[in-house]
Amino acid sequence: MRIEYNRPILLVEDNPMDVDLTQRAFARRKLLNPLQVARDGEAALEYLKTWGGNQPLPVVVLLDINLPKVSGLEVLRHLKTHPKMRTVPVIMLTSSAEDGDIQEAYQSGANSYIVKPVDFDKFLEVAERIDLYWNVINLPPR
Amino acid sequence: MPDQERPILLIEDNPMDADLTRRAFAKRKVLHPIEVARDGEEALTCLQQWEAGKPLPIVILLDLKLPKLDGLEVLQYLKTHARFRSIPVVILTTSNEDGDIQTAYQVGANSYIVKPVNFDEFMRVVDQIQTYWCTLNIPPQV
Repeated sequence: MRIEYNRPILLVEDNPMDVDLTQRAFARRKLLNPLQVARDGEAALEYLKTWGGNQPLPVVVLLDINLPKVSGLEVLRHLKTHPKMRTVPVIMLTSSAEDGDIQEAYQSGANSYIVKPVDFDKFLEVAERIDLYWNVINLPPR
Repeated sequence: MPDQERPILLIEDNPMDADLTRRAFAKRKVLHPIEVARDGEEALTCLQQWEAGKPLPIVILLDLKLPKLDGLEVLQYLKTHARFRSIPVVILTTSNEDGDIQTAYQVGANSYIVKPVNFDEFMRVVDQIQTYWCTLNIPPQV
């Protein structure tokens, strides 16, 4: 059962096609939460910096590793050391299947790691599964 | 190390819930062996004795209300030991208390799910947990 519709999903993704696919997948599953998009690492850090304690915490963060300006792993480190944001689940959603990236992501506190399918239909399916698990079944931090 | 050989570790003292969980996994013909620890102490002994070369769990399902050593203490142990801290831990518990949820995430739980009371719903949720963590998520190589 979906709860807390005012809490955003933060998507950190530079590829506009992937942003579009994610939005479409969530729309198909009738996601009501606002989708906040940061299109590079710098924008993500800016979001973090300007996030005030009165604003609702994101339900979940979807984070690509390969980002311009600041890498996804760097963004992850900032997220996981932010006093309030650190409890928000971070799902790495990335094209990288490199062992090194996987290890480092988990070491830095990533909650989950998913490799983006290249195939369009599979990507949609994966985004829908992510929505089902993190926005419906999982209970986010308060 | 093929991921299918890695066990799912279920830390659950209620034999009925443990049984239901096993059955939900069996329905999907899950290849991963299911290991059950019936209290916190047993879980830690089990992990500590994990022989070199024996595959570490692909995911740990952890109830918070356990005899002997409670769930949060087990979680604390897991997330502060280099050997185990990357293993995804899904809290699967009856508690939907804000305090428990917050603390679990602060200590490093990857995910938090409240056990449904309804039998069919319980089976569905366990099925979705398995689908997510054993087929979609890329686990750390440990």
